[in-house]
Amino acid sequence: MATTDHGVTSPGRAHIEARTLREDRWWLAPLTTFVVFSAFVVYATVRAFMGRDYYASPYLSPFYSPCLGDCVEGASDFGQPFSWWPLSAALIILIFPLGFRMTCYYYRKSYYRAFWLSPPACGVAEPHSAYSGETKFPLILQNVHRYFWYAAVVVGLILTYDVFLAFRPMPAEYAVGDGETSGVHMGLGTLLMIANVVFIWLYTLSCHSCRHVVGGRLRHFSKHPVRYKLWTWVSKLNGSHGRWAWYSLFSVALVDLYVFLLATGTIQDLRFF
Amino acid sequence: MSETNGPAEGRHPMTGNALSGDAQGGMERHTYDVVVIGAGGAGLRAAIAAHESGARTAIVCKSLLGKAHTVMAEGGIAAAMGNRWPEDNWEVHFRDTMRGGKMLNNWRMAQLHAQEAPERVQELEDWGALFDRTDDGLISQRDFGGHKYARLAHVGDRTGLEMIRTLQQRAVALGIEVFMECTVTDIFKDASDGQSKVAGAFAYWRESGRFIVFDAPSVILATGGIGKSFKVTSNSWEYTGDGHALAMRAGASLINMEFVQFHPTGMVWPPSVKGLLVTESVRGDGGILKNSEGKRFMFDYIPEFFKAETADTVEEADAWYDDKKNNRRPPELLPRDEVARAINSEIKAGRGTPHGGIYLDIASRRTPEFIRKRLPSMYHQFKELADVDITAEPMEIGPTCHYVMGGVEVDADTQQSAVTGLYAVGECSGGMHGSNRLGGNSLGDLLVFGKRAGEAATAYADSLGGTRPQVDEADVKAAQASALAPFEVEGGENPYTIQSDLQQSMNDLVGIIRTRTELEESLAEIEAFKVRASTMVVEGHRQYNPGWHLALDLRNMLIVSECIAKAAMAREESRGGHTRDDFPGPDAEWGTKNLVVNLNAEGTGVDLHEKPLPEMPDELKGYFA
Amino acid sequence: MSYTLKLRIWRGDKDGGAVEDFPVEVSEGEVVLDAIHRVQATQAGDLAVRWNCKAGKCGSCSAEVNGRPRLMCMCRLSDFEEDEVITVTPMRSFPVIRDLVTDVSFNYEKAKELPSFSPPPRDADGKRRMAQVDVERGQEFRKCIECFLCQNVCHVVRDHEDNKKAFAGPRFFLRYAELDMHPLDTHDRRELAQGAAGLGMCNITKCCTEVCPEGIHITDNAIIPMKERVVDKKFDPLVWLGNKIGIRNKDNDGRTEV
Ligand SMILES: Cc1cc2nc3c(=O)[nH]c(=O)nc-3n(C[C@H](O)[C@H](O)[C@H](O)COP(=O)(O)OP(=O)(O)OC[C@H]3O[C@@H](n4cnc5c(N)ncnc54)[C@H](O)[C@@H]3O)c2cc1C
Ligand code: SF4
Ligand code: SF4
Ligand code: FES
Ligand code: FES
Repeated sequence: MATTDHGVTSPGRAHIEARTLREDRWWLAPLTTFVVFSAFVVYATVRAFMGRDYYASPYLSPFYSPCLGDCVEGASDFGQPFSWWPLSAALIILIFPLGFRMTCYYYRKSYYRAFWLSPPACGVAEPHSAYSGETKFPLILQNVHRYFWYAAVVVGLILTYDVFLAFRPMPAEYAVGDGETSGVHMGLGTLLMIANVVFIWLYTLSCHSCRHVVGGRLRHFSKHPVRYKLWTWVSKLNGSHGRWAWYSLFSVALVDLYVFLLATGTIQDLRFF
Repeated sequence: MSETNGPAEGRHPMTGNALSGDAQGGMERHTYDVVVIGAGGAGLRAAIAAHESGARTAIVCKSLLGKAHTVMAEGGIAAAMGNRWPEDNWEVHFRDTMRGGKMLNNWRMAQLHAQEAPERVQELEDWGALFDRTDDGLISQRDFGGHKYARLAHVGDRTGLEMIRTLQQRAVALGIEVFMECTVTDIFKDASDGQSKVAGAFAYWRESGRFIVFDAPSVILATGGIGKSFKVTSNSWEYTGDGHALAMRAGASLINMEFVQFHPTGMVWPPSVKGLLVTESVRGDGGILKNSEGKRFMFDYIPEFFKAETADTVEEADAWYDDKKNNRRPPELLPRDEVARAINSEIKAGRGTPHGGIYLDIASRRTPEFIRKRLPSMYHQFKELADVDITAEPMEIGPTCHYVMGGVEVDADTQQSAVTGLYAVGECSGGMHGSNRLGGNSLGDLLVFGKRAGEAATAYADSLGGTRPQVDEADVKAAQASALAPFEVEGGENPYTIQSDLQQSMNDLVGIIRTRTELEESLAEIEAFKVRASTMVVEGHRQYNPGWHLALDLRNMLIVSECIAKAAMAREESRGGHTRDDFPGPDAEWGTKNLVVNLNAEGTGVDLHEKPLPEMPDELKGYFA
Repeated sequence: MSYTLKLRIWRGDKDGGAVEDFPVEVSEGEVVLDAIHRVQATQAGDLAVRWNCKAGKCGSCSAEVNGRPRLMCMCRLSDFEEDEVITVTPMRSFPVIRDLVTDVSFNYEKAKELPSFSPPPRDADGKRRMAQVDVERGQEFRKCIECFLCQNVCHVVRDHEDNKKAFAGPRFFLRYAELDMHPLDTHDRRELAQGAAGLGMCNITKCCTEVCPEGIHITDNAIIPMKERVVDKKFDPLVWLGNKIGIRNKDNDGRTEV
């Protein structure tokens, strides 16, 4: 990747050939991001297009929730308005979480760095010769992030509802012991779904748009004490937004994987009660 | 006028940076009504005032805009706004200032300062400053040594930064022209009509080494202090006493040069930051001083003069922070000279810390959250530079050269020096602080007298009409030759060595405690430095050459050092920032006079004479009855 | 206690230059600037370097140490191994003047383009009232010491000289944010921030935040909130509608576009 004379080697600047003089392992962070995100994208794409093994009652994979297409029995708690949809039901709703994450300020930073190399790391010259940031189509669309956030709140509510459903008794085909088909149930799947929904909420509520909406947009905190309080809380969460982004990414994939393994009969749910 | 407007070709329109540093050719020349030398608080405020009263104004400063020393001020701006204590007013502030200066202040300056500071602070807010607030939303005010009431308007512990940024942004908004990294080395005068008047100034661009002549009838010196003549100092490289020296060479006189303030609390470890300031707010916010035996020793050092208003028990001192009405101030908050001397004695008596300081402890007295909130830059400074967490351990501190009370003798109302058209303001002017400056009074001083100087300088320039003093071409040639002289010498010494020897010598011999024999020795050493400096050599060429810059600054440092040592030797008493081991107490007779220094006729050294203090009117005397 | 530091310094001017070796004696507790000063005093009297306070307060001594933008006076030698080579170069986004000194006028130019604070009249008693919580956000941004390290590291101009015209840089986004959050200011600079200042060019990759010696959360607390404010003004039909039919709060009332 050659540097160009548009950047650090421009005429007039101190004449230094190297695109960076950094000697630490600056490439480690973008490389990790690249590998993990790529792996997730591959996994998620495969799972989303599969259109099967996303429901192991009472667990519904978050990739498919709410299941609005022609879904397997028991998976659709909100009806099937899109039952005519010929492809995987995941594709109907996945645009929301996907759009939310694609336009998320944290993910933007990460993929601009790891995938676009713009810049790969601080003080390391990027390979592109022209750059216009987020001023032009399509990147100017990043500004719709708050609408995805509104949607994400709805998705968060639905996933929370799914967690409650995950306490339902096991249906007969998945039951491994006595009494599992009646009463309140909790298994490892429930636990994973709880963890997932907690991370999803932490991620959603720590969003920069959320921070703006609850109070950040104000100029006089003193006149809006409640919103100021909310803003203070969100700001605290926001400090770790990147962490919640990663945790929730893993937890979503993990819940889906767990459901997949259950649905394909590879493993059996670990029952607590 | 056509020859001034806008900077010269090839020079950056805003910064004056010479983009083509190697450009050959003639000297730049600019005409203004008022040229302000210095872009600290004083210079910027003066330039704003001059501009607002209609003068074509230029600011010249030897570092970048916004980097002047004012940026380092931490504690706050003293102004009797009465936001915390409605009882506070200018009279109380005036009294505190005079008492802090041991009555040697120019009373008129102290009065103007106390009266006008509140409005000057409010003005900063109009221009965008964001001070810390009280619960009612007013500008908050904090306690500082020597001030009866909590009086310092502040922003955490970075008040100077707020002040300089505000003034800088104001100056930029007004479109005042700034010449950055441009050092003035001479003031031109015109004596053709019998009376000697300022005609302009001579400067060089640091970037290119090229010269500039400013034609201007009014020149305001706002160059700051002299602290770089001492080894252990809180001051930056710029503090080489340029304004003091420029004024003297132009024929003005300096007063009070024996009074150098040693701040009680400077860092002592690690050596590379020795002298770096630890703000007084640490004590204002509850920090106390302890010796190596763990004793809170300040109670042993309360002088007669301040007995009535200082707590003499730990209980009372500690109660003061919450209930100021019914308790007296802790002795840690005595004026700086007192505290610095006490620390010095403790260290001398062998009760110092491993690195030769004493302990300043706030960790055991306030919560970590409180400390981090109130003293963020101190927390940062110790953490980064000394690996000390001040919320958990005490700091090691010792006295450091901080401020010079002495400076150009000026008229209190206009800040004009003895030379017509030459003004001085800020730390480089003298009189306002007497023998000792109270914390926070400098920033107020900059604003109050900056504005006055800017207005007076404009009024004078206006009064001249079309007949302005002219710069003599011979003077320009001489100034140029003098600036280039260090390149002419061969085989001499390097200026860095001379500078560091001078700093060591001043620190050892003219430091916080002085005696006749040491002062004599110091004067002899200064003579020797002068000889060495006359043959110093610089390597390289004129473009951004710090060696050359230092060689030019060194001349100023030498002359200023001589002023300090001479005046210190003459004043046979101890008062404020001047402590003589051989004359330990104040002397009533000395309390009535100033020491004035001038350049001698040959221009090689300084002459000194006594002058009675201006007499305070009776109605003001009443405050001290 | 003391050892010989393997120091390398870029020397030259706009016509060219190179990194040169300056082995120099250093001791405990010293910072890079101490080492540079020692080189200046003993080996290269004309070594150009900018500094003032040596206390991390003025923001003069910005440079790049082993490729990372740093204040030389706050860069402790103890952060490096004793046998490690330390390479100091000038900031690489600005034109070089000589050795470690660069021409930072870009930043002063940009400062000039920004419309200044514009307050309403004072209260009847001649004072102004603002609550501490309302000034706190601005106070964080005003901690800026104008070291311009963020301006230097920002790839928008570091890697694209041609963007300098259209991009004010993170330091000035701080200013826009400060004024936009100011409880008293009467100007609305959101269009300007997006347009003339080039806020949209920033792709929030956070290098400015990484290098800021004052630890200002430039991206999270200034740039992103500013982007959100611009969205309010330019890209969000709901906010527009809300304003039209008057159901939005009146917090922005009384401000005029500049
Ligand atoms: C660490 C520290 C903390 C302090 N805290 C406080 C405090 O809390 N409260 C308080 O009231 N005071 C405080 N002071 C004192 C106060 O900050 C200074 O006295 C004051 O800032 C001096 O301002 P000034 O405008 O006179 O000069 P400066 O701000 O020093 O400005 C001097 C200007 O002159 C220029 N200059 C100098 N020589 C030349 C030349 N030859 N040619 C061209 N330009 C030149 C410089 O470039 C600079 O721009 C503190 C001082 C220090 C060192
Ligand atoms: S976050 Fe934006 S302003 Fe900051 S360095 Fe990155 S691109 Fe530049
Ligand atoms: S924001 Fe931080 S990095 Fe940028 S100029 Fe200010 S202090 Fe320096
Ligand atoms: S979800 Fe990351 S910023 Fe909104
Ligand atoms: S010299 Fe002032 S910040 Fe380094």
